[in-house]
Amino acid sequence: MGTAPASRDVTSYGMGLAAPLALFFLVFFVAPLLQLLWLSLHNDTAGLHWGLGQYLHFLTDPFSLSVLGSTLLLGAEVTLVCLVLGFPIAWLYQRVGPRLQTIIILIVLLPLLTSVVVRTFAWIVILGRQGIINATLQSLGIIDTPLRLLYTQFGVVIALAQVQMPLMTLPLITALGRIDPNLDDASCSLGAGSWRTFFRIVLPLSLPGVIAGCTLTYAAAITAFITQSLIGGGQMLFMPMYLYQQASTLQNWPFASAISIIFLLAVLAVVSVFTTLGRLSRGYGGA
Amino acid sequence: MSGRKRTLEAVSFEVVMTVIALIALILIIAPSLVVLIVSFTSGFSLKFPPPGYSLRWYAELWNAWQLHFAARNSLLVALWATGLSIVLGVAAALAISRSPKLSARLLDSLFMSPLVLPALAFGLAALMLFSFVGLPVSPLTLVIGHTVVCVPYVVRNTIAALAQLEPTLLESSAVLGASRLYTFRRIVLPLIRPGIIAGAFIAFMSSFDNVPVSLFLRDAATDMLPIRMWQDLEGKLDVTIAALSGVLIIATVAMVAVMERVTGLSRRLTN
Repeated sequence: MGTAPASRDVTSYGMGLAAPLALFFLVFFVAPLLQLLWLSLHNDTAGLHWGLGQYLHFLTDPFSLSVLGSTLLLGAEVTLVCLVLGFPIAWLYQRVGPRLQTIIILIVLLPLLTSVVVRTFAWIVILGRQGIINATLQSLGIIDTPLRLLYTQFGVVIALAQVQMPLMTLPLITALGRIDPNLDDASCSLGAGSWRTFFRIVLPLSLPGVIAGCTLTYAAAITAFITQSLIGGGQMLFMPMYLYQQASTLQNWPFASAISIIFLLAVLAVVSVFTTLGRLSRGYGGA
Repeated sequence: MSGRKRTLEAVSFEVVMTVIALIALILIIAPSLVVLIVSFTSGFSLKFPPPGYSLRWYAELWNAWQLHFAARNSLLVALWATGLSIVLGVAAALAISRSPKLSARLLDSLFMSPLVLPALAFGLAALMLFSFVGLPVSPLTLVIGHTVVCVPYVVRNTIAALAQLEPTLLESSAVLGASRLYTFRRIVLPLIRPGIIAGAFIAFMSSFDNVPVSLFLRDAATDMLPIRMWQDLEGKLDVTIAALSGVLIIATVAMVAVMERVTGLSRRLTN
């Protein structure tokens, strides 16, 4: 790792090569976000009167707070479902031959690269009144009238879990691949059962992967505009749609900016909590 | 006795894990298969299983000029955004990949941040900036916005490819008298090319599929495919969308198969 610093001049390139992208980001990424922040700190649409009015409005409005709360809760539910379903996939991946491994990876990967609208549309077909679930239950005589599955919290969680599953599974596969298989054998030969070995050895050692997967899944689930709005329908409102309505339909840019900033901070808070946990777990895994 | 008990315990563990894994894998793949099957329906609804099979909705798709128009816009914007991402992203990756400097770490975090931040907030921010400087929404603003959210994939995959590069190769090349540019062209570029291609592919797909940024940076003249589809689905459940979804699923499978051959995509995303 830390060898021969004298050779640095031929093996690395000057920082100047990063300048074009840095400049591009400064103008088209940092500046817009600063402008967003600036406008959110104004009480009027024209941006003439400084003040915290937009934030006060959001934080004292029960409706806005409930939208924020249900969005954060939705993210937690989706992340949990993805973890419970994604971990066994990663576990299975480590125990099969290379051919099946490639098949598993491609199954996990394909949805990630398939259009989100297409994947969400699939859930409309599955959960709809004439969809597979209702058709199956009706033909089996379990129900008489179709169940309402679309436009429910259950529908949104299950659809989002499927859409975001790759983001959880890929880091888990990486993390499980780094665990020394001898530890598993050692634990078993010392008399610990499979369940105990899993919860005491495998799960703690894979925590960096769990945390990476949870961060990605959570951030993606709460910002998934398309799936939330199509499966959730008009009755369920989450932060991305709330932001869009205020900005586009109502043209209330200062309030939409404040919603954006609050949403940004919420995401950053969750990510930094996960990152801190990740740092702690790495120390734990290495011990 | 205890040996027998442990076996039962071990079997219960394996059965539970395998069953959940298989259910999860079916859950992942089933929706795409369902859409494929429904897209060949002969009926007028999204009923599953379809009453009969035909290609009528694919024929219908042939005449859906609005979708053609949106698809062409999406394709052009994705191509431009990918091209720009490659040029800017590869250069930046070369600069920051092996640098121990703090500025390199900070730039790395900056370039990766669009992946975590809510893209919708960025879309609104970009629209405000463009209207502030008097630039109307156009294919250009779309390309700029898409590049910001797509370039991280190129940077990340190029950095990963550079990390695998043996520094001794570059030293040998230099010792043998090759110039830096020559070494880059003949040694570095061929070795990191699969990484760049993989990153560019993911960038292209995510631009083609982008909604949150396009939502703010397009207008009727620059309609984008995912948004057109979303709006169609909000209004009525059109079976033409199922046929279009079928086309997109098949195209994605084909492209992933090619990419797996060319770049070993699956290994890249699990390392």
